[in-house]
Amino acid sequence: MKMKGADILINCLTEQGVDTIFGYPGGAVLDIYDALYRNGKINHILTAHEQGAAHAADGYARVTGKVGVCFATSGPGATNLVTGIATAYMDSIPLVAVTGNVGLNNLGRDSFQEVDIAGITMPITKHNFIVKDVAELADVVRRAFYIAGSGRKGPVLIDVLKNVQTAEYDYEPAKPVPLKPLETPQGKIKAAAEIINASKKPLLMIGGGAAASDATVPLIKLAKKLNSPVTYTLMGKGVIPDSDENNLGMLGMHGTVAAAKALIESDCIVALGTRFSDRVALNRKLFANGKKVIHVDIDNAEFNKNVPVSLTVLADVSACAEGLCKLVESKKKWFDCGIYAAQPTDSENCRAYEILRAAAVEAPENSPLITDVGQHQMWAAQIYPLNSPRRFCTSGGLGTMGYGMGAAIGAAFGSGKPCVLVTGDGCFNMNLNELSTAVTEGVPLVILLMNNGVLGMVRQWQKIFYSGRFSQTTLKKKTDYIKFAESFGAKGILLDKNDDVKEKLEEAFGYAVKNCSPVLVDCRISGDDNVLPMIKPGAAYETQLRKMED
Amino acid sequence: MEGQLKKYTIGALVSNKSGVLTRISGLFARRGYNIESIAACATEDPELSRMTVVLVGDEYTLYQMIRQMDKLEDVKKIGCANELDCVYRELLLAKVAATAEVRSQITLINEIYKAKVVDLSIDTMILELTGDPEKLDAYLKVIEPFGILEMQRTGTTVLARGKHTLKDRDCYGDHVN
Repeated sequence: MKMKGADILINCLTEQGVDTIFGYPGGAVLDIYDALYRNGKINHILTAHEQGAAHAADGYARVTGKVGVCFATSGPGATNLVTGIATAYMDSIPLVAVTGNVGLNNLGRDSFQEVDIAGITMPITKHNFIVKDVAELADVVRRAFYIAGSGRKGPVLIDVLKNVQTAEYDYEPAKPVPLKPLETPQGKIKAAAEIINASKKPLLMIGGGAAASDATVPLIKLAKKLNSPVTYTLMGKGVIPDSDENNLGMLGMHGTVAAAKALIESDCIVALGTRFSDRVALNRKLFANGKKVIHVDIDNAEFNKNVPVSLTVLADVSACAEGLCKLVESKKKWFDCGIYAAQPTDSENCRAYEILRAAAVEAPENSPLITDVGQHQMWAAQIYPLNSPRRFCTSGGLGTMGYGMGAAIGAAFGSGKPCVLVTGDGCFNMNLNELSTAVTEGVPLVILLMNNGVLGMVRQWQKIFYSGRFSQTTLKKKTDYIKFAESFGAKGILLDKNDDVKEKLEEAFGYAVKNCSPVLVDCRISGDDNVLPMIKPGAAYETQLRKMED
Repeated sequence: MEGQLKKYTIGALVSNKSGVLTRISGLFARRGYNIESIAACATEDPELSRMTVVLVGDEYTLYQMIRQMDKLEDVKKIGCANELDCVYRELLLAKVAATAEVRSQITLINEIYKAKVVDLSIDTMILELTGDPEKLDAYLKVIEPFGILEMQRTGTTVLARGKHTLKDRDCYGDHVN
């Protein structure tokens, strides 16, 4: 059937099961938006800024496991997506970003709103395409989805020139190509099982790859059979329920005392879908420290990149965990999780912990937790219990301040659940414009704004490493967040230092759910609270600080 | 992990499309790989180009570079050449200052190296030499005293001896597991 390129694009998205798109129209995508209008079957969420759209598509992808889709026009529209695409790339989140561009006759002439977005996004996408000929369009869209969702997932950008959108071509419907499962290397899994069986103190270390592989069931089974403690990286939060008795909580720079102890004492680390980033393997050379390390990952380039390991297993985490379950022998419990109560120490004076614990109780069951970046992010990762997978959205690799508002909108649409956004007054100010989107779209969202008047994480580093010279980390904003929220059509609630947390949060969640509306809770906390425990960059786990005086 | 620096030659079959060279050279730049040369050309298969990259680095860098390159959508086959089993060739063009008095000296050197004179003017010569890169290095040293006005080398090209071809290869090579 002959149709315009723009219609071919929309039809190809429908083929891939796309039901929600986050985006922003403009001159170079007029035809695409016209096709979207005429199609009428895909839900389009108009954000306040393209960055919000990219983060929303990312949040949507994280909670659903599907490929997130965002649209932007050429030039500034396209460049506004860049931070969102880079965020998704660093966390291996499947995304297809579609941008328009000037027509072939104007390409390369520095035309109005022309930018080489394919060139700009080359290092932050798995792959990208410039479509210059309508004949290639359908194939490119189908390939983009396959690339984004296969292997180690990631973002793909399609730059569609204006002439391609208007040109007519034959469209033949096609079903999405099923993803080829990676062949499971039985020999390697057997070798891994032998190492685990020979070890006395195995520790499971779970990363974002386990989340991407939906490995919850086999991993819980494996941990049960081995009776081994489990720890996770920031990206692996939620894969194993935080309520699981074997779960020690997060590992890394701000990980729990229990996780650090278990790591030090273990003799075999089974790392599943993790890349030993510098926030976990703070010292690449000291991390393994003579222990056996088994590295299971879907990306061959991750092996021996940061930490030298004893055995590499190129496999999907789920398939590998299932294979291991059959081959490993039951062990005696070697680590008593109870002693360290899987919680950070020195928490008494931290108001944020109190708020987060209460929020976890008040939030409707299975609500996604979204964070921005900084102290509040670490507090949430440490203390907020998540008991199901695909319920945690955070910018782990890139550490994108301003990620949260967009991602929360995406997570709400993806999960169909009320969401909890934990943010700080620094981060919130970066993309608070998206509150208007959340109001327009009726997103039930409780925003816990950890308002301490400072850029807390940077300030904490200035305290430790720069003798307390607080250069540009004190925010002197006079913003009244309650009035701000209300002017946007949302509800604002003040949670002052002496207010009853439970009462205020009950009100917040009650309002959000009842009215399908965002509620901003201005949580006043001290600017002097720290994220503890902490291991300094480059240091060994033995040097974990539990108090600031340490 | 960081070890001795060595020279490695990597061959890759890549999509014959615009932008592929940018993708690959961009990867080298952002990951900090030290490249000595890149040679790229079309092949017998119109869909594919062939690239030969000479890397100066340790084994860690070699492993990383091959695996990172292999992840690119446009890289179809990649492998590291084994010195003993391959033919290495490079072409050199050098324009030297050569007045009548020194011409015969240069011609004598050319005879030994089997280099050719491909252009001659009153006071210059363009010399052409094909051979393995070390031979070109040696030749350049000898003609340098005459004064090299400008020069160009194609970068190393490589093919495996015997019936082995890159497209039939099923591993990264003897160096890399």
